[in-house]
Amino acid sequence: MKQDLPPILELKGLVKSFGALQVLKGIDFSVQPGELAFIIGPSGSGKSTLLRCCNRLEEPDGGSVTVDGIDITAPGVDINRLRQKIGMVFQSFNLYPHMTALGNVTLALRKVQGMDKATADAKGRAALERVGLTDKADAYPNQLSGGQQQRVGIARSLALEPLIVLFDEPTSALDPELVGGVLKVMRELRESGMTMVVVSHEMAFARAAADRVVFMDQGQIVEQGPPEEVFGNPKHARLREFLATLADRH
Amino acid sequence: METLLTVFFNVEIMKKVWPFLLQGLGMTVVLSLVVIPLGLAGGLGIAILSSLQRRWLNRVLIVYVDFFRAFPPLVLLIFIYFGFPFLQIDLPKFAAVALGFFLNTSSYFGEIFRAGFESIPRGQLEAARSTGLTRWQALVSVVIPQATRNVLPDLISNTLEVIKLTSLASVVALPELLNNARQAQALTYNATPVVLAALMYLLLLWPIVRLLSRLEHKSIALH
Repeated sequence: MKQDLPPILELKGLVKSFGALQVLKGIDFSVQPGELAFIIGPSGSGKSTLLRCCNRLEEPDGGSVTVDGIDITAPGVDINRLRQKIGMVFQSFNLYPHMTALGNVTLALRKVQGMDKATADAKGRAALERVGLTDKADAYPNQLSGGQQQRVGIARSLALEPLIVLFDEPTSALDPELVGGVLKVMRELRESGMTMVVVSHEMAFARAAADRVVFMDQGQIVEQGPPEEVFGNPKHARLREFLATLADRH
Repeated sequence: METLLTVFFNVEIMKKVWPFLLQGLGMTVVLSLVVIPLGLAGGLGIAILSSLQRRWLNRVLIVYVDFFRAFPPLVLLIFIYFGFPFLQIDLPKFAAVALGFFLNTSSYFGEIFRAGFESIPRGQLEAARSTGLTRWQALVSVVIPQATRNVLPDLISNTLEVIKLTSLASVVALPELLNNARQAQALTYNATPVVLAALMYLLLLWPIVRLLSRLEHKSIALH
């Protein structure tokens, strides 16, 4: 992680409401190059909305989102060009069921970047290799396990060579025995220096791999810090309660 | 028995009217080949426009679809064919018929495609948009192929209905199959031409019915 460089992602005063419900109440948050920021918090705390504002799948109502120095909420900005640099991995994978794994990974290369099929395929296969699925290039999503599907989802965002990858509860829809494979890929990605923002409940992974843990509650960042501090010495009562409910569950 | 054969299955008359009916069949096929692609394109257009979820646009589309699904196609045809000249609009017969069928057919196809679009989870569009595809690229590459596959049996079923619908054009004397059969019936004082026309319709439609039922069995097996 490089502290002295300008942040890859910077949110300032981010506000978002759904109807009368204010989901994000002025979020200030930034991520350094190579950092893995891990967001935790109870359901409904705004974690996923925060993540989805970072590539404008949700339009923020106020504040700014800056990616690599460009304000992506500015009028006239080419969001489709910028989104290629902001990878996203979804809870329910969202693979295209009518395309093979390779087709899923290369769609944006072909349609958005205008690559010819051979170049896109070569790049797509390289991305599949990074997630350990070289042999599944021609398989359709329904022929893959949930864990394999999610790894294809990760490869789909990696193929575009993003500056940052957003993970929205990437293992929540998986059977427990399939979680490990996905976390392993994420770990390798982190070691390769990828900047990542992860919303998840995999606390063991957070302890082992996160540079910073961010606790959100009721649309605000309540506490953040290195995992050993957030987990070992939580300062806010709400964070202590949250960690206690997690401990009860296990 | 003798009378039945002479009146309904008269081989002599069949031989005589055969070329005339074949001409009519040709017109039925041409009309179908014009109306079905136009109707499919119009229906897809309606579904795409309504997926934009603009309030005023959706209202217009709902009025269009509701109106032309509720309006009897035969009455619509008569309105267009006999009414347009009063509005100083002079449409050739074929164009008038094609327009009437297009209005009716596109509204049905529109509803089918819309159901198809709605069957695609939101996450599909989001995944495509998150990799930089425009809304249009995501529709073309991700939503439309899946949506079409999901509603294929309904699309084919409606296509079948459209081909049968073309027989209504006989009312405005477009020389399609039923029109020619009725003319031949009047000229020969014999029902055989209509029976022959019925056989031709069956031959034309039966392969499509077979295809449809195979697809339906397949989709039941998939679910």
